[in-house]
Amino acid sequence: MTKIHVKTNINGDKVEFLTDPRETLLDCLRNHIGLTGSKEGCGTGDCGACSCIFDGNLVSSCLVLGVEAEGKSIETIEGMAGEKELHPLQKKFIEMAALQCGFCTPGILIAAKALLDRNNDPTESEVRYWLAGNLCRCTGYDKIIKAVMETAKDIRETA
Amino acid sequence: MQYHSPSSFNEAVAISNSSSGLVKYLAGGTDVLVQLKIGTKSPDHLIDIKNIPGVREISLRDDGGYTIGAAVSGAQLTDHKELSKKWPGLVEGMELVGSAQIQSRATLVGNLCNGSPAADSVPGMIAAGASVSILNSSGTKDVLVEDIPSGPGSTSLKNGELITAINLPKRNDYEGDAYLRFIPRTEMDIAVVGCAVNLSLENGFITTAKVVLGAVGPKVMLAHSAADCLVGTKLDDNILSRFSAKCSQIAKPISDKRGSAEFRKDIIGVIAQRAARKAYDRALGKY
Repeated sequence: MTKIHVKTNINGDKVEFLTDPRETLLDCLRNHIGLTGSKEGCGTGDCGACSCIFDGNLVSSCLVLGVEAEGKSIETIEGMAGEKELHPLQKKFIEMAALQCGFCTPGILIAAKALLDRNNDPTESEVRYWLAGNLCRCTGYDKIIKAVMETAKDIRETA
Repeated sequence: MQYHSPSSFNEAVAISNSSSGLVKYLAGGTDVLVQLKIGTKSPDHLIDIKNIPGVREISLRDDGGYTIGAAVSGAQLTDHKELSKKWPGLVEGMELVGSAQIQSRATLVGNLCNGSPAADSVPGMIAAGASVSILNSSGTKDVLVEDIPSGPGSTSLKNGELITAINLPKRNDYEGDAYLRFIPRTEMDIAVVGCAVNLSLENGFITTAKVVLGAVGPKVMLAHSAADCLVGTKLDDNILSRFSAKCSQIAKPISDKRGSAEFRKDIIGVIAQRAARKAYDRALGKY
């Protein structure tokens, strides 16, 4: 199988990789680029553990092909924290213990960031609907929802 | 598998016609990539249409209707204020498909081509009287959306044919549409039944009605005789109960893990009645 040369931008860095056209963006991130923060839960777009921002849009990277990344800009969990500080959502998740095993956490943080970037004053229902594509089998969701709501409040107060 | 990324629709169709084995077009990929992953459909050639100019655009035609490019995502539809105001039923049908992640990628055309009788966006498109532009090696043709589904998982599209856009007719005053579905939870599920209704009114009386039922037959279906119950009325309670019974009678569902045939026949009447009421209120400009 001929591999395809893909040039893309991940978390602000220029990245090149070779991919079999059948490989998903998630496969490429984890196996070719070494960014293993995005997880594979279901591999069929149901669980959200592989959530990334693809050209400004929240996607499941298991439902994007690696070859589609050509010329695009991708944000993954590895790029979420600043150089010295964690992202406010990351801090709040730790502070409020909004995670247990942590497998779903990268996806949930990316999805929550995508929401707060477009709306820093969501209702609880809006947060719950927005995160409906991110499954968590540990927390029962309440702590996650509360952490997102609290972060939104902090963002509004410091804005 | 070979991946192609043509820069025009003609090129896409030409690649399809000159390729052997299983050829699939790729837009949002929310069905195609799942099929690839689980191995139900393993294309030899995958033709990505997203780099074709205009394929991700929503445009207003000179005749006042909208043309929606084949790769326009659900999120783009929802974010389009004017389109959402004119066709709330169509947009809310698409919005019910999957999560925020899926909405960034999934398309109306993909939902249609997947051929599911439970596709949430298809009843709204049919009720709207939408058509699709199809390109094949002999040229372009316009076909009504209602003529595309042909059975569970199948469509009337021939090999190599490509849907390039969806065309919505012009919206007039005192018209309204709605789509409702029943699922046993609040989000992320497949319709047990679904119903879209599109109405035009004159002085409060319904002049034209389209009623489309989903997940209660081998394909999404127009319920002509149910729609006929509504025409000439102001949708009072008597009419609604007659309409509801008619929808239940027309429905030919199967029993599966999502619901029994008996339950589906019953619930389609309830959902259809509510959708009709919602479409009527919208036509009156209530919301």
